[in-house]
Amino acid sequence: MSVKHAILALLSTGPKYGLQLKQEFESTTGDVWPLNVGQVYTTLQRLERDGLVESDDPGSDSAHNSFVITTSGQEELSRWLNTPPDLVAPPRDELVMKVLCALKVPGIDVNDIIQTHRRHLVELMQQWTRLKEDEADFDIGFALVVDAELFRLDSVARWLDAAEARLHRTPIKPQAGDRAPVLRRRLVRRK
Amino acid sequence: MSFVELRNVYKSYGDGAAKVDALRGIELSVEPGGFVAVMGPSGSGKSTLLMIAGSLEEPTEGDVRIDGLRLSGLSRNQKARLRRRTIGYVFQDFNLLAGLTAVENVCLPLELDGIAARKARAIGMAALEELGLADRSNRYPDQLSGGERQRVAIARAVVGERRLLLADEPSGALDSVNGEAVMRMILSACKTGVAAVVVTHDAHLASWADRVVFLRDGRVVDQTNPPPSPESILQPSTGPNEPSL
Ligand SMILES: Nc1ncnc2c1ncn2[C@@H]1O[C@H](COP(=O)(O)OP(=O)(O)OP(=O)(O)O)[C@@H](O)[C@H]1O
Ligand SMILES: [Mg+2]
Repeated sequence: MSVKHAILALLSTGPKYGLQLKQEFESTTGDVWPLNVGQVYTTLQRLERDGLVESDDPGSDSAHNSFVITTSGQEELSRWLNTPPDLVAPPRDELVMKVLCALKVPGIDVNDIIQTHRRHLVELMQQWTRLKEDEADFDIGFALVVDAELFRLDSVARWLDAAEARLHRTPIKPQAGDRAPVLRRRLVRRK
Repeated sequence: MSFVELRNVYKSYGDGAAKVDALRGIELSVEPGGFVAVMGPSGSGKSTLLMIAGSLEEPTEGDVRIDGLRLSGLSRNQKARLRRRTIGYVFQDFNLLAGLTAVENVCLPLELDGIAARKARAIGMAALEELGLADRSNRYPDQLSGGERQRVAIARAVVGERRLLLADEPSGALDSVNGEAVMRMILSACKTGVAAVVVTHDAHLASWADRVVFLRDGRVVDQTNPPPSPESILQPSTGPNEPSL
């Protein structure tokens, strides 16, 4: 997540102090993402160095300075808003790894492993939903962040459902050595 | 005390080679005000469980109690009255009456309970409004979309003095905003003491319940623990949520 661009977005409505930016960042994201003020100042210094913001008293202690966004800051903000984020999945998703490993370990039922993680996901989702139940009506930023988290967890739960259904249709061969020939046989049959 | 209770419930369909064991020893109880979601793969017995909890099917073995009454000890008439007075159903095929408008469908159970027509209509309109259907109230079912019909069925199940709400995939045809409106409506019914059992394969919707029960092959294989305080997920220690530069 880009604190840098969030700060540019907050400055696009007018000049602000560092502490103010920290507070606005947190309230914009529904207080779900705490941000320490040191991180805000470091980010402001870098933005200033890159000419994306200007301070009213360059060179002095940033805690007392007010910052404004520059024209190139505005361009950078607009470019960022329109650029797709990195949606490439991490190369080794930990949950996928666990399920793949569970297939290999003797005495472990992969269905039980899947259920353990499914329950955990649903419990987490229950917690997020409780928050929405109480606060969604009051704070739109908060509700959007909670929804995003719920949809992310939901997609993981769906993957578990799909994995379970796939394993159900395709019984597991216990020895790893068996697999390659099976795969080759299938490829041959398809021709 | 539980409002609905299933004890060691078995249900088989057919016999011989064609015999299907849909439920195999279900234990489930829901307190007044309790909101239970049932999840599980297709064919795991979710709809069967709901039909038995609603006295629409008889268990092959085991006991079902609603409001302390053993269903096996009730006459047909007593069961019919229990179903009409106490239980609100939302089933996969919504069962709206084609000759009645949306609001008339919603009011029907109220009027059957002896509530005056005007008052029943006001209650029905309020329920439709809550589900975003105020301007559809005078349409007939065949003039409504699938998701709209579904919401009418939910409004009908929730109005009145129902004390047990049974819903099978109540949000099947709904987008996420309407699905959420439906779950909120069920939740607010529970806050007044209604016990609810909702079948869904959607974790997002199940997460509105205070307990989620997982079915596999006719058995309860797992359930969620009562969630700790929601604030715990907002602590900075939850790694993935921390902002980084
Ligand atoms: N009337 C019936 N006669 C015979 N078998 C039935 C009958 N009703 C259900 N079954 C069988 O009982 C099992 C459980 O069915 P049920 O409808 O409860 O599943 P479900 O969990 O609701 O599935 P889905 O998610 O697909 O709705 C299935 O194997 C089904 O084929
Ligand atoms: Mg079903």
